[in-house]
Amino acid sequence: MKRDLPSMLKDAALTALVSAALGIFIVGFRTNSLGGKGLQFDFQLVDLAIAVATIFVGRIGLLLAAIGQRWPALVLGAILGVIGAAPLTLPSTFLHWFIVLAGAVIILRGLWPWASQTLGQAQRSRRGVHMSGVAARWFGVALLIVAFTMPFMPFADQKTMDLAVLILTYIMLGWGLNIVVGLAGLLDLGYVAFYAVGAYSYALLSTQYGLSFWVVLPLAGMMAATFGLVLGFPVLRLRGDYLAIVTMGFGEIIRLVLLNWVDLSSGPAGIGNIPGPTFFGAVFAETAPAGHQTFAQMTGLPFSGNQRLIFLYYIILALALVTNAFTQRIRRLPVGRAWEALREDETACKALGINPTNTKLTAFAVGAMFAGFAGSFFAAKQRFISPESFTFIESAIILAIVVLGGLGSQIGVVLAAVLLIGLPEWFRDLGTYRMVAFGGAMVLIMAFRPRGLISHREPSIRLHPKLQAGGST
Amino acid sequence: MAYFSQQLINAVTLGAIYGLIAIGYTMVYGIIGMINFAHGEIFMIGSFISLIGFLICAALGISSAPIAILLVLLLAMAFTAIYGWTIERVAYRPLRGSFKLAPLISAIGVSILLQNYVQLAQGARPKPGGDIVVGGFNLFSADGFDVRVTWLQIIIVVVTVVLMGGFSWLISSTSLGRQQRACEQDMKMAALLGVNVDRTISLTFVMGAALAAVAGMLFLMYYGIIDFYIGFLAGIKAFTAAVLGGIGSLPGAMLGGLLIGMIEVFWAGYFSSEYKDVAVFAILVLVLIFRPSGLLGRPEIEKV
Amino acid sequence: MSAPLIEVEHLTMRFGGLVAVDDVSFTARPAEITAIIGPNGAGKTTVFNCITGFYKPTIGRLTLRSDREYLLERMLGHEIGQKAKVARTFQNIRLFPGMTVLENLMVAQHNKLMRASGMTVFGLLGLKSFRTAEAQAVEIARSWLERIDLVADADRPAGELPYGAQRRLEIARAMCTGPRLLCLDEPAAGLNPRESAALNDLLTSIRDKDGIGVLLIEHDMSVVMKISDHVVVLDYGRKIAEGAPAAVQKDPAVIRAYLGTDEEEAHA
Repeated sequence: MKRDLPSMLKDAALTALVSAALGIFIVGFRTNSLGGKGLQFDFQLVDLAIAVATIFVGRIGLLLAAIGQRWPALVLGAILGVIGAAPLTLPSTFLHWFIVLAGAVIILRGLWPWASQTLGQAQRSRRGVHMSGVAARWFGVALLIVAFTMPFMPFADQKTMDLAVLILTYIMLGWGLNIVVGLAGLLDLGYVAFYAVGAYSYALLSTQYGLSFWVVLPLAGMMAATFGLVLGFPVLRLRGDYLAIVTMGFGEIIRLVLLNWVDLSSGPAGIGNIPGPTFFGAVFAETAPAGHQTFAQMTGLPFSGNQRLIFLYYIILALALVTNAFTQRIRRLPVGRAWEALREDETACKALGINPTNTKLTAFAVGAMFAGFAGSFFAAKQRFISPESFTFIESAIILAIVVLGGLGSQIGVVLAAVLLIGLPEWFRDLGTYRMVAFGGAMVLIMAFRPRGLISHREPSIRLHPKLQAGGST
Repeated sequence: MAYFSQQLINAVTLGAIYGLIAIGYTMVYGIIGMINFAHGEIFMIGSFISLIGFLICAALGISSAPIAILLVLLLAMAFTAIYGWTIERVAYRPLRGSFKLAPLISAIGVSILLQNYVQLAQGARPKPGGDIVVGGFNLFSADGFDVRVTWLQIIIVVVTVVLMGGFSWLISSTSLGRQQRACEQDMKMAALLGVNVDRTISLTFVMGAALAAVAGMLFLMYYGIIDFYIGFLAGIKAFTAAVLGGIGSLPGAMLGGLLIGMIEVFWAGYFSSEYKDVAVFAILVLVLIFRPSGLLGRPEIEKV
Repeated sequence: MSAPLIEVEHLTMRFGGLVAVDDVSFTARPAEITAIIGPNGAGKTTVFNCITGFYKPTIGRLTLRSDREYLLERMLGHEIGQKAKVARTFQNIRLFPGMTVLENLMVAQHNKLMRASGMTVFGLLGLKSFRTAEAQAVEIARSWLERIDLVADADRPAGELPYGAQRRLEIARAMCTGPRLLCLDEPAAGLNPRESAALNDLLTSIRDKDGIGVLLIEHDMSVVMKISDHVVVLDYGRKIAEGAPAAVQKDPAVIRAYLGTDEEEAHA
C-alpha cells in the first residue's frame, strides 16, 4: 500500500477527531458529587487534548510502520516514550502511562515484521521444530521444579506466597475453563457460578455439618458438575452465542440467589469461620479445638503462620496439576477428540453419528467440576465467602486468561495467569487500569492473534511417532 | 384493579426503554448474525453522555426542559453513535471470516473495556441527575388507590413510539433500508449488486447505538440515578426482549421489550422484587428452549 | 437382484411455500452405486439431508434395511449415523480442519471407541482393553489412508491438505464409521481429471470390495455414466426418470430437463 504524507496526516487527523469525539463527554467532563445533593463537573479538557495529540502522533507512527518506514517509526516511538517518562507536570499520571504505552506500541509495531519473519523462519526450519519441541518440554519441567520448590525459596515471604496461591487458583480455573472453551468451543460466560457452587458447598457443609475439607472436596466437585448438567441439558443444543448469554445470565442468577436467599447463604453478609483444610486431621492454628491436634503438635515443628500458607499452596498446586493431567489424558480419549471435533464442525460430527448434546454436556460438566474443586479450595483458604467474590468480572478474568493464553493451550494459561494476575499485583499502580487492559487485550488478540500467545497444537495421536519433533506438552 | 393499572403503566414505560435497546441487538443480529454483547455498554455510555449533557445545559443556563431534552437527545444520539461506529470498525470488522467464537470474545472485551473506561473516567459511585421533568396527574382513583401517570412516562412512551415509527419507515421505505435488508438476505450477492456492505453494516451499528442512547437518556430521567454497571443488566434484559420477540424482527423487539417490562414490573409488584431479574433470566432460558425463534421470528433452517 | 438397502417412498419436503422435493420415491441396493442427478436446484441435496436426518421430511417414509428395519425419518440426526449406519460427505467439504488427518479418522470411529473406553472411565485408567481397541482403530485408519494415498500426511492438520486430498479424506472418514450406506454429495466437484479417475477407482472399490451401497449426487456426467449402476433423475423436486445409465441418457424427459425445451428458450 503506497501512502504519501498528506494522506497519512489526513488519516491520523481523522483518528484523532474520532477519539476526541469519543472522549469529549466521558473524559472531558468529570462529574463529581456535591456533598449531599446533585453533581458538578470538572473540566478535563487539557487531559483530553494531550491524549488526542498522543493518538494523532501514535497513528502516524503506526502508519509509518505499516508502510515499512521502520526507522522513522522507531524514532517516533522512542520520542513518545521519552516524553512520557520525562518528569513533566502532566495533569495526571495516567497520561504518562498513556504516552509511554503509545510509544511502546509504535516500537513493537515497527519491530513486528522483522521479529515475526525471523521467528517464523526459525520455527519452520527442521532444527527449529525440534528445538521448540525440546524447549516446550523443558520449559514445562522447569516450571514444575520452580512450582515445587517455591515455598522454600528465600524470596517466598507471605505476600509472595499469597500471590502464588492466587495465581495457582486462576491457573486451575483457567485450565478448567479451557476444557469448555478451548477444547469443546463452548463460550461459557458464567463459569464463576460453578466456582460459587463449590465454595458455598464447602462453606455450608463444613460450618453446618462439620464435614472436613477432604470429604467435601469431591462432593463440591460433584455438586458443581450436577449444576452444569442441569443448566447445560436444556441450553447446550442452542447456537454458540445463545449459550454464551444464557451462561452469563445463569452466573448472575446464582449470585442473585446467594444474595437474596438469606436463610441458606446469609445473603450479602456472607459465611465466615469456615474451617481450613486439615493435614491428616491436624489443624493449622496455635491451639487446636477439642479432639484435634495442631500441625505443630503432630510434627514437632515449632508453630509458624507460614505453615498454613505453604500447606494451602501445595493443595492448590496438586489440584491444578490434577486438572492438567486430567485434561491431557482426556484429550487423547475418544470423548476429548469428539470435543475438539465439535468445536471444529458440529454438523460434520452429527453426520458421523456423534451425539452433540451429550458430548457437549460432558465437557460442560467436567469444566464445572473443576470450578467446584477450586471453589471449595477458595472457601477453605479465605475462611470467609460472600456473593461479592462471584461477580461477572471474575468470569471475564478467567475467560481473558484462557483467550490470551491461547484457546486449548495449557502452558499458555499459565503464562497468561502470571501476566494478568501477577503483574497487576506487583505493580499496584496498574491495578486500576487492569480491567481496561484486559478488555483491550481481548479485542486486540482476536484481531491479531486469535489463537493466543501459545498457538501450537499437539496432535492427540500420531501415526508416525518417530517423526515427532520433540516431547509432548 | 387500580394497583394493576398503575403497574401496567410502569411496565409500559420500562418496556419502551428495553424495546429501544433491543432494536440494536436485533438489527445487528439480523445483518451479521452476531450478538453484540457490547450493546448494553453503549446504552450505558449514552446514559452518561446524557447526564453530562444535562449538567452542561444547566451550566449554560438553559432552563427550559423541552429545549434541554431535545438538545441532550440529539447530542447523546450523535456521540453515542460514534461509539457504535468505532466499535464495529475496530472490534468486529477485522474479525469477519475468523473462527466463530472470535467476534463474541471480542465483544466481551469491548464490554469490559467500556465498563471500566467509564468507571475510571467518571468514578464508580452512582450518579444522580436527569431529574428535569417532574409532576404528573391522577388518571383515576379506585379502591383508595390513586393511579398516577407522570409527564415523564408520557414523554418516554411518546419518544419511543415516534422513534419506532420513524425507524420502521426508514427500514421499509428508504434505499438505506433496502440495502440493509439486502445484506440480511445475502451479503455476497448484495455486494455484487453494488451495495456497499461495509457502509451498510456501519450504519446499522450507528442506528442501533443512537437508539440505545435515547434509551440511556430516558433511563436516566426515569430512575434519576445511573452508574457504570447499568449496561450489564439492561443489556441482558434487552437481549432477552429481542429473543422473546424473535431476534431479527423489529416489531418483535418492541413486543419483547414490552413483555419483559411487564414481567419485571408485575413480578416485583406481586411476588418479590429481589427475584425480578431471576424471573427475566428464567424467561430467557425458557424461550430459548421451547421457542428459539421467538414470538414473531422465523425459524432458522440449517444450511448443510 | 438383492433386496433394496434403502427405500425412499413419497418423500416430500416443503420450506414454507417452496416445495423442494415433491413425492419422490426410489430405492438403492447394497453393493451398487446409485446416482441422483438433475439440474441445479432440483432437490438432490435436500433428499440427502432428509436421508441423513438434517431435515425432517414433510411427508414420506425412508426405510433402511440392514440387520433390521430403520425408519430414518423418525430418528434423530446423529442416530442415523450411529445406529442405522448411514454416512455422508458434504458438497462443501466439512473436515475438522484444525485436527490431523489421523484424528479425523479416529473421530469417525467415536461410538465404537467410546464403548471400548467404558464411557471414558477405562480410558482414564488406561486399561489394556481400551488400548487394544484404539490400536485396532488406528489400523483401520491406516488401511484407509493407504487406499486414499495419504499415509505420509497422517499427522498433518486436515485443513492444510490440497483440495483433492481433502475430498478423498472426507470419503475415508465417512467409511471409517463402518457404514452400510454411503451418501456422497458431489465428490468429484473441483477435481482435475487425474484426481477424478482416482475417485472413480475408490468408489468402485468401495462398492466391490467393501460391498457398501453408495448414493451419489454428481454433476459430472462422465463419472455418473462410468461407475453408477442405477440413475435417478430429479427436476424441480420431482423424479422424472430412473433406470440404467444408458437408458436414462436417452430419455427424452431427461434431455429436456438438461437442455431446456424450445418453448423455454423462446421465453429466455
